[in-house]
Amino acid sequence: MRRSAKIMIAGMAASLVLAGCGTDDPDGPDTDPGTDPGTSEVKVGLAYDVGGRGDQSFNDAAAAGLDRAIADFGVDSTESSAIDGEPESAREERLIQLADAGFNPVIGVGFAYAGAVAKVAPQFPDTQFGLIDSTDAMGDNIANLVFPEHEGSFLVGAAAALKSETGKIGFIGGVNVPLIAKFEAGYAAGALAVNPDIEIESTYLTQPPDFSGFGDPAKGRTAAEGQFDAGADVVYHAAGGSGLGVFQAADTAGGLAIGVDSDQYHTVPSELQDVILTSMLKQVDVAVYDYIKSFIDGSPLSGEVVFGLEAGGVDYSTSGGLVDDIADQLDEFKRQIIAGEITVPDSM
Amino acid sequence: MIRVRSMLMTMAAPILAVALAVLITTVVLLAAGDPVGRVWGTIFSEPRPRNIVNIINSGSVLYLSALAAAVGFRMGLFNIGVDGQYRIAAFAAAYVAGQAWVPGILNIALAILTAMLVGAMWAGIAGLLKVTRGISEVISTIMLNAIATALVAWMLRSVAVPGSNNITTTPIPESSRVPGMALIPGAHNEIYGFVFLAVAAGLFYWVLLSRTRFGFNLRATGASESAAVASGIDTKKMILAAMLISGAVAGLVGMPLLFGDSYSYGVTFQPGLGFAGIAVALLGRNHPVGIAFGALLFAFLNEQANALQLQAGVSAEIVKVMQGITVLSVVIAYEVVRRANRAAEQRRVAAELARARAEATEVTG
Repeated sequence: MRRSAKIMIAGMAASLVLAGCGTDDPDGPDTDPGTDPGTSEVKVGLAYDVGGRGDQSFNDAAAAGLDRAIADFGVDSTESSAIDGEPESAREERLIQLADAGFNPVIGVGFAYAGAVAKVAPQFPDTQFGLIDSTDAMGDNIANLVFPEHEGSFLVGAAAALKSETGKIGFIGGVNVPLIAKFEAGYAAGALAVNPDIEIESTYLTQPPDFSGFGDPAKGRTAAEGQFDAGADVVYHAAGGSGLGVFQAADTAGGLAIGVDSDQYHTVPSELQDVILTSMLKQVDVAVYDYIKSFIDGSPLSGEVVFGLEAGGVDYSTSGGLVDDIADQLDEFKRQIIAGEITVPDSM
Repeated sequence: MIRVRSMLMTMAAPILAVALAVLITTVVLLAAGDPVGRVWGTIFSEPRPRNIVNIINSGSVLYLSALAAAVGFRMGLFNIGVDGQYRIAAFAAAYVAGQAWVPGILNIALAILTAMLVGAMWAGIAGLLKVTRGISEVISTIMLNAIATALVAWMLRSVAVPGSNNITTTPIPESSRVPGMALIPGAHNEIYGFVFLAVAAGLFYWVLLSRTRFGFNLRATGASESAAVASGIDTKKMILAAMLISGAVAGLVGMPLLFGDSYSYGVTFQPGLGFAGIAVALLGRNHPVGIAFGALLFAFLNEQANALQLQAGVSAEIVKVMQGITVLSVVIAYEVVRRANRAAEQRRVAAELARARAEATEVTG
């Protein structure tokens, strides 16, 4: 009885988060499981991609989801992150160690864990594995937590085109991988839906296996300066930590920028808030939270779980108020995508 | 006597270097307020069977990478481009093997040949630039690394199997995979069949450098280019040949991974092996046995560090600090010894000369 009440509260907390934003959770992972707001036998193992907690990006979003689960359910947790240039066996080893130590569920953050999850999950049939951003590893005890990033990007692409005065907008991708091309494809489609004549400048900061493009503000700044100099007035970045440089460039050039993953209006230094038109929300934190919650509820998610537009898994943000005047148009696009009237391409 | 002493020195320097690295890393850990005891307890705990397999596997890959760098080092050539060479070669080999133009084992042979050729060609560009235009191979190979990254990324996108966030080349057919060996009891995972490739490359390296005229010429050029020219060695030819061999060996680096683990080349194919290989070559003093120890040591540290975050709450990257200090200590220790030896030599020669002059004076006087 007490337990179900707790879960209801947790559900409310999750919906609040969905409606709002805020990836800044002051609670670290050290929350004492023996105190309020609850205790749980559940031990969550989180395996990050390179950068880990504190990358101001993708990994941090996953960490925020975990932190909320700790706060709401009192779960125990351990985190471990990949280091640059490690072999595939190191990722497998990380998952094995977590599963071996009794952590359940174990969550692999990022598609780089697909191969490792595919190998390790069958060895631990009693452990549940969450895999973010990939459907490459499937199984009864694997949940593939994925997002239609192209659909969210469509909305911010439309916003960019509606706000652009020069008829030229920019896209900056962190690393040239299919995942980021999905953002670009949706963005371009959204912009073209508003203005068929719009020009889109596109730049990728690095090529794989050089993943520094997700964490290098200097590279982001240089690339964005180039686009603003070339006449773009709105630039969308899908470049993780490099995005800070994009915002700085927008500030200098007097242009606008679009954030990614979290509501970046709340994560950038306050002097840069004015340049943020909107952010493409990709609620990795919600996916992590919901996954842990499903486990605690006794029916862990498995198979492909899409966190889509309708559920708010992807969305555009309104903080700062710069899109208030076009919100009706954006919401109409959103309705059309959800209704299937618009099909957004997911690759260039 | 001198031989025994130098052998002792050879053994002592790396051991002292590791000890120094442990000491300095301990200071770093203390300064950061980390649990020192638990860190060393984790790193120097007995590896489990599956970890031993991983250590041998990664060690073999590091070994190949270090050999590639060492071929150049022995001749005073700094091939910093092993990183780009092995990646472009692994991509080419993965593509060729994935197409399965020929069946079974022939496919493996064809892929390895492709890898060696592509690696040699990529390194050969730097070699050609050096002999024809005098461009430093350090600069050109670093730039070629960046070009290789862009080129491979572009080619991979062109040939990749679509529909996944991890784009890869077509997987190698089952019949052309190199089966692993379950040598370690109690381990689920298997040792790469291509550990033998590393051993063979080590033997080849040893024979080539120590037992052939080519190897002698190569070492002579490395010791003193002007002396080599004076004794009739075509140094330009040697530079080109050394770069080609270095590149061909670099081409082998990705093969154990490709045929024993991933079966395709994708964006998650292990990067950075070329640079790790340079460190291992320095640690092993370019000696085929020394490099083997260095490679296993690095692989051991990397593998044991995996548990650090779980056991001690410390990032596994602390072993990078330790590895860096170890390499620096070894290099410095040998340089100190080399200078001390040279100074001793000079004093001895001076003393001999002084005595000879004194004797001569006595005779004439």
